[in-house]
Amino acid sequence: MNPGGMVYNILSLGVPFSVALLLASLGEMFNQRAGVFNLGCEGIMCMGAFLAFLPPTFLKAGPLAPYGNLLGFAAALGGGVLLGLLFALVTVTFRADQGIAGIGLQMFGWGLSGSLFRHYIGGVTGVEGMAAWPIPGLARIPFLGGILFNHNPVVYFAFLLVPASWYVLYRTPWGLKVRAVGTAPRAADSMGIHVNRVRYQALMLGGAMAGLGGAYLSLCQAKMFADDLVAGRGFIAVALVYFGRWSPLGILGGALLFSLAQTLQLSIQVGGIKFPYEFAVMLPYVLVILVLALARKARMRGPAQLGVPFDREMRY
Amino acid sequence: MGNSFRIGYGAAVVTAATLAAAGAGALALLAVGASPLATYATIFTGPFKDLFGVSEILVRAVPLILVALGIAISFRSGIINIGAEGQMLMGILAATATALALKGLPGWALLPLTLLAGAAGGGLWAGIAGLLRARLGVNEILSTVMLNYIAAQLYTFLLRGPMIDPGELETGSGTPQSMRLPRAAWLSRLVPGTRLHTGLLLALVLAVAVYVLLWHTTWGFRLRAAGAEAKAARYAGISVERSLVTAMVLSGAFAGLAGAVELTGVHHRAIENISSGYGFAGIVVALFGALHPAGIVPAAVFFGLLLVGADMTQRTAGVPANMILVLQGVIILAIVSAKMYLNNAYAQERARRMWARLRRPSSAAPRPGGLS
Repeated sequence: MNPGGMVYNILSLGVPFSVALLLASLGEMFNQRAGVFNLGCEGIMCMGAFLAFLPPTFLKAGPLAPYGNLLGFAAALGGGVLLGLLFALVTVTFRADQGIAGIGLQMFGWGLSGSLFRHYIGGVTGVEGMAAWPIPGLARIPFLGGILFNHNPVVYFAFLLVPASWYVLYRTPWGLKVRAVGTAPRAADSMGIHVNRVRYQALMLGGAMAGLGGAYLSLCQAKMFADDLVAGRGFIAVALVYFGRWSPLGILGGALLFSLAQTLQLSIQVGGIKFPYEFAVMLPYVLVILVLALARKARMRGPAQLGVPFDREMRY
Repeated sequence: MGNSFRIGYGAAVVTAATLAAAGAGALALLAVGASPLATYATIFTGPFKDLFGVSEILVRAVPLILVALGIAISFRSGIINIGAEGQMLMGILAATATALALKGLPGWALLPLTLLAGAAGGGLWAGIAGLLRARLGVNEILSTVMLNYIAAQLYTFLLRGPMIDPGELETGSGTPQSMRLPRAAWLSRLVPGTRLHTGLLLALVLAVAVYVLLWHTTWGFRLRAAGAEAKAARYAGISVERSLVTAMVLSGAFAGLAGAVELTGVHHRAIENISSGYGFAGIVVALFGALHPAGIVPAAVFFGLLLVGADMTQRTAGVPANMILVLQGVIILAIVSAKMYLNNAYAQERARRMWARLRRPSSAAPRPGGLS
């Protein structure tokens, strides 16, 4: 294969590959900005992937079939909000340890999605997934057109969410509240902001986005569901928030870096250079550790009260 | 009011948490079309039907005790180890390699060396996360989770390639498993006709050892001090960084040992899915046992029951195997929530005021001399 074609392939595959991570990671950014560290992201993605898979599988022949994917995304969004609420109940209202509670939510979502799948669907079935929507005109730009403008609509949506998240976080009153309750909840409280309510809202938003990320995996990327479909992407999404220094643009960069590394590795394998399959699967996880080790200075810029529950009555 | 209220409050919190966990588990069971009552009944009574069932509870409890002891050490020392699953696998790899390489040795030398190799394998693997946290401030939850995925791939790679039983290649079946360990490296059976092995005694001895280490040595005090309040510990001259790494290595060594014990006691060769979720269940056991050896041993037996019972419901009632993860998940959520209410003086005070108001609804103003 000529080098130009290979670069084109890596980029045009890498862009849609980044979407699941991008969606979940932007959601996690809102959680962490509000001061809550949600490791349950992984579990929410598992449930999102499963819930999204249900409608298209069962509506295959019915009159609602054309809306299968849409209903799937709606189900994943709803499920994500509910799990976000559950996590908020445990960590905001009950003020439980966030790291361990996150692992609990991860086990819950992972186990439940697998169990439900085995009960309601069982064997391996695929879905049609979403067709590409080439953007008229733009998609015909040589080289760039195929990389950026020839994808399914969720890809465009996810990329539009990057500036949208930036706008919400830095240019709206709600975004200011989110940043305030993550940095100085006591000051926010004395200014009349309902700290825990804002944290609930951020967790619901984060849950919804993690659910959508999972839905993207099962409906658009893999076009099937399996127990280990998410395979740690929820944890990677959390790591990307550190890497991206809690900013939407940084997170976009991180998500692209990860997906490009993965497509690069795929194309090296297809290109005939052999190395054990297991090492290829390992790559993103090794990359996460490296990225976290290199991003250590970022800690200083993180939300000051990340991981600390808020209690109005407690004195420090 | 004081003491009796506190006991009643504690009991109420624990009851509420238990009911919430059981209720959430029941909802999940209903969702997969199983009857919650019948499932719970099978889980909690099924294993007691015969001697084999009872012995299996203890067989499962052995790795759970070991893993949970390690996790208790790390949690007490202020570093959260979620990587026991991967550390077990690395321990199994190291133990298998050692036992196969030193085949000729007599049992009194080979078995201890095999177990030590397991502990070393797990300890070194955990040490990566410990060093990353101490030196570079890398979040240890994320790094240990990532190390789990990496260890799982490494394990499969070695079992499919370099460490595969040559017999598997000859017959062409290609099952990814190592050669059988020499008999000298097997833990002996405690009860004939069951799988219960002497690893149980080892686990119980180590439970006592961990208790002595953490609560009756200076070293253990340093670890716990660094975990309880890092700033104060540092002020007292304790190297918090070193203590974090030590705790993590020790914690991983226990997980690795759990793997080696499972290998030499039950399976006698490295196979796929050998850790079967003990690494995650061990976290739940450690939390359930209040991060104390005296709590961990009974908690491990309880979860051993839960695991054996869940296997039975899978076979008899067709409840998916992943359901055990759901139960563990809700139990974790219930425990961490309840823990806050048990430890937080403010929450307790709030409950006390509410209770006082409920008991005297008629009188709005406090009665004179009503100092309660």
